[in-house]
Amino acid sequence: MTEGKIIKAYGDALDDGAVQVSFTLPLAAGPQAKAAAASLAESMGLDQAEVVHMASQGAGFSFFVVYGHCHHQVDLSTLQVTELELEEMDFYEINDYIRDNVGRKLNVVAACTGTDAHTVGIDAIMNMKGYNGEYGLERYPWINAYNLGSQVDNTFLVAEARRLQADAILVSQVVTQRDVHIPNLTRLVELLEAEGIRNSVVLVAGGPRISHQLALELGYDAGFGAGTTPRQVASYISREMVARKLGSL
Amino acid sequence: MKLQLDAVLVKECRDAARQIADEVQVFIGSRSTESVERTVLRLLGVNDALDDVPMANIIVDSLAARGELGLGAAYWLGNACKQLNLSPQMAAAKVAAGELDLLALPRIEPAGLRPFLQELAQPGLQRIADNRRQRQRLQLKLKMGPSPLLYVIVATGDIMQDVPQAQAAAEQGADIIAVIRTTGQSLLDYVPHGATREGFGGTYATQENFRIMRKALDETGEKLGRYIMLVNYCSGLCMPEIAALGALERLDMMLNDALYGILFRDINMQRTLIDQNFSRVINAFAGIIINSGEDNYLTTADAVAEAHTVTASQFINEQLALAAGLSPWQMGLGHAFEINPDMEDGLLLEIAQAQMARQLFPDAPLKYMPPTKHMTGDIFKGYLHNSLFNLTSVLTGQGIHLLGMLTEAIHTPFIQDRYLAIENARYIMNNARHLREELEIVPDGRMQKRASEVLAKAADLLSQVAGIGLFTALERGMFADVKRSREGGKGLLGVFMQAAEYYNPFLDNMKAKLDRGMEND
Repeated sequence: MTEGKIIKAYGDALDDGAVQVSFTLPLAAGPQAKAAAASLAESMGLDQAEVVHMASQGAGFSFFVVYGHCHHQVDLSTLQVTELELEEMDFYEINDYIRDNVGRKLNVVAACTGTDAHTVGIDAIMNMKGYNGEYGLERYPWINAYNLGSQVDNTFLVAEARRLQADAILVSQVVTQRDVHIPNLTRLVELLEAEGIRNSVVLVAGGPRISHQLALELGYDAGFGAGTTPRQVASYISREMVARKLGSL
Repeated sequence: MKLQLDAVLVKECRDAARQIADEVQVFIGSRSTESVERTVLRLLGVNDALDDVPMANIIVDSLAARGELGLGAAYWLGNACKQLNLSPQMAAAKVAAGELDLLALPRIEPAGLRPFLQELAQPGLQRIADNRRQRQRLQLKLKMGPSPLLYVIVATGDIMQDVPQAQAAAEQGADIIAVIRTTGQSLLDYVPHGATREGFGGTYATQENFRIMRKALDETGEKLGRYIMLVNYCSGLCMPEIAALGALERLDMMLNDALYGILFRDINMQRTLIDQNFSRVINAFAGIIINSGEDNYLTTADAVAEAHTVTASQFINEQLALAAGLSPWQMGLGHAFEINPDMEDGLLLEIAQAQMARQLFPDAPLKYMPPTKHMTGDIFKGYLHNSLFNLTSVLTGQGIHLLGMLTEAIHTPFIQDRYLAIENARYIMNNARHLREELEIVPDGRMQKRASEVLAKAADLLSQVAGIGLFTALERGMFADVKRSREGGKGLLGVFMQAAEYYNPFLDNMKAKLDRGMEND
């Protein structure tokens, strides 16, 4: 329907290009700072940029809210979107599916790797109680779920994956700074390849900064972003295992 | 605004918590750890490093490797100082350089050395006492902001970047600045040395970084006419060392909770409870306010179903704090606003919990943590969520208010995230400053029922824990749904039994002064 269509941002009329941006400049609030904010907004492609709010943040910083009409447009026909095609099953369907198609319990090893100490993501997927009323993988009778916790070294994760005969490895990255999660995620793929087990596991990355596209680029099988449920992950892992004939009957 | 809390039940909670704490104190009393001994050396003035390895580690590692730590590190270093007429720093430097073997010297009989060790401890004790008085003077002169005090974190990884961000936050209205630590520091068994400019998700806690930030905030405080408190993280494997460095550099507040380390960093429970006791004695003596970490329970367990574990843990932390000599005004007992925002009447449950904590611990400042678990990346909803948290805090008279960031779960805070958070809190807290004096809680209403129910469950949990002991309770996963074994986790190797002649000149001295009562309590 939208093929070949060219679109702009929408405020209250088609193609008005209206957007709002907010940012900080390392300048004390004043006429010069305001002019700098408007000029920056124009460089972003905002016509008739209007600085609707300027406030001092102290110590020589000021905060701006700017509205403008963004003249940039998007040609949808040029976009390549990689989305994970997921046939979602419910808790019972997943367990039945594993029983009928794999015939044994799946071993799923999960960890928050590198320096990241935030287990909120991996816990939401793994914990018995799950998150928001959705049971985590620990509750699935046909899954052996191993949550290695946070700050797990990649080499330790690989060793544990071997020891536990992992069918799937889930890696979570929540809080990162200066994109440290990228080399960390890449390193795991390299280690798995060096060990010769990359192709025998389903490798999944998750976290608020992870997209499916990014995960694929880094050599993972799938990526799951914020709001992912345990059900989605379990559906994906079990179907992927069967599709790739990993550990099947 | 007041809840009706069953006084008999509250007393049962306190009695059970005291029993739990007493048992832990007995366990602690006959043991020490490598980090406790490193702390003693640091308080004696051994704060230098050789090729980035702290001398405190070099000495303690060498004594431990030869099985000679039982008398305590103070004995061995003190013996060398006495025999060779050296200062602790000079003796330590010689040991680090390989020019001196502490075990090769003639040995003064341990009991006979004690008066000399007390003398050696005086400069360190004096510096901490002076810092405490200096803080009191500055707080009298500059005043503090109104309660709840607004607490923000900076976390650039680079202390030189942290400084302008912290100063900006103070100018915006923050009362308390925490320099969050780099992820992973809690698992380091040494404290890095010097100013650091590279960390992830935070900045290394080092003595030099403490000093740099203290100086910057003192300058900003003078300019603003408001005392700005500085916070760091006295937890993990170096818990008491960080306490010592914070006391030496006049930090004002320390996260300081062994239970947090056990549950969320898998630090061995024996190790960290022993470490915690000495660190809390130091904090007590230094006039530092501790923050406990119960809020974290609700990031893994459900905030509605498990609220009573927070309350129960607060009672335990209160008793462990009292045993270490902390006064109630130094107890920033933790709790959090983590109920799912989509729940009908969730706000009522939050208010009930916060008000109950306020009444159970009337003289503790209480550390109230913002929503994190249900922050999604929808910054606009997140900002609103934080607004209700701010309202609940001022309505229930919380003391230490950690500001929620609208970009929680996206990145470490940008400067404008803090600015917007402070604006939000200042608006709401000013606008509703005395609301709690104008409202009453309906007897038998939803909030009253909720508080009664949580208190009853907390009492039940505490009586169970008292029956089996804290260690067993942790093994069974009774807090935060996390199970930890007594022998598991990190750091157990650093625990040792004290020899009969063991002596820690700081612990005894500080405890004695605390027992007599410090001047501003």
